[in-house]
Amino acid sequence: MKFDRLKTIFTLFRITFYISAFTFGGGYIVIPMMRKYFVDDLDLITERELMDMAAIAQSSPGAIAVNIAVLVGYRIAGIFGAVISAIGTVLPPILILSVISIFYKAFRDNHIISAILKGMEAGVAATIVDLIIDMMQGIFKEENLLFTLMAPITFIASFVFNVNVLVLIISCALLAIAQTYLKNTMRGA
Amino acid sequence: MKMILTLFIRFFQIGLFSIGGGYAIIPLIQEQVVNNFGWLTLQEYTDIITISQMTPGPLVVNTASFVGIRIAGFFGAVAATVGSILSGFIISIFLYNFFKKHQNTESISNVLRALRSSSVGLIASAASTILLLAFFGDTTLNIQSANLNLAAVIVFIFALFLLRKYKLNPILIMVLSGIIGLFLY
Repeated sequence: MKFDRLKTIFTLFRITFYISAFTFGGGYIVIPMMRKYFVDDLDLITERELMDMAAIAQSSPGAIAVNIAVLVGYRIAGIFGAVISAIGTVLPPILILSVISIFYKAFRDNHIISAILKGMEAGVAATIVDLIIDMMQGIFKEENLLFTLMAPITFIASFVFNVNVLVLIISCALLAIAQTYLKNTMRGA
Repeated sequence: MKMILTLFIRFFQIGLFSIGGGYAIIPLIQEQVVNNFGWLTLQEYTDIITISQMTPGPLVVNTASFVGIRIAGFFGAVAATVGSILSGFIISIFLYNFFKKHQNTESISNVLRALRSSSVGLIASAASTILLLAFFGDTTLNIQSANLNLAAVIVFIFALFLLRKYKLNPILIMVLSGIIGLFLY
């Protein structure tokens, strides 16, 4: 194995481990973190690629945070990179839970930790809202009205009406296929 | 050894059926871990949900680690965790290659565009839930009894300003807001 590749693999492990150790408040928080390291700082993937990975991670089973890490690792260093990223992502929870399982009752009732976590909620919300502002700008650039409207409609269906995520994903995919088919039919006629 | 294999298989199934993530999968895991197998009592499961929110990492992975340790020690935790992420690992890489291979096929590249749009909506939905939790301490908005947490609103606005204007590292934002929380609550 060449030195450069070994270095890339180590970077993958270090960053995914680090990000995972700060994944509080749901899996989506990893998207802005991945963007900071892999897009802005290291320039290893583009913002567009990361958004595609987020969409695929969201549509696959399992934890979104793990799936995104796997895809970033896969894109950068193939299947071995995917495995390394997966290990980097699950290692912090396994280690932390191993320790906490011994005294979890004390941990659960610890007021200092609850206070820190309560404070983090506002930070998590701000970080994800920051990401959404950038993502929405990308969505508004879509020249296709259906895809632009899909974002707010999915939001309302999910947040206000609690529609199942799987139902939403499949509906959006089917609508995209139907639209492509209709356009091609009309073009052909 | 048999227990470790059982853990692996059961958490593979749990992982496979937990599409969408978040709070939606809580009853799904409960069904398997509490009702079907009796690996945890309901109280222990409620505790693990609380702990999962207090420790980093996805709920599925945290539950897998916790149940695995209690049942079969450290290797139980590893087996359950690997099981819980395996289906996502395989399917997300498969989908990634599929979309890459067919990126010039109009209908398939349009499906990816649609998924990207809908994922923005879903992320916004998750963000709104966190916002409600941070501002009102509750995930359902009830205007009459709502008690606006002004400190959280100020931290939110300040953090968003730092992110937009100076592109501050999100991890730094988390650490800073955590420290502020320590003094506030």
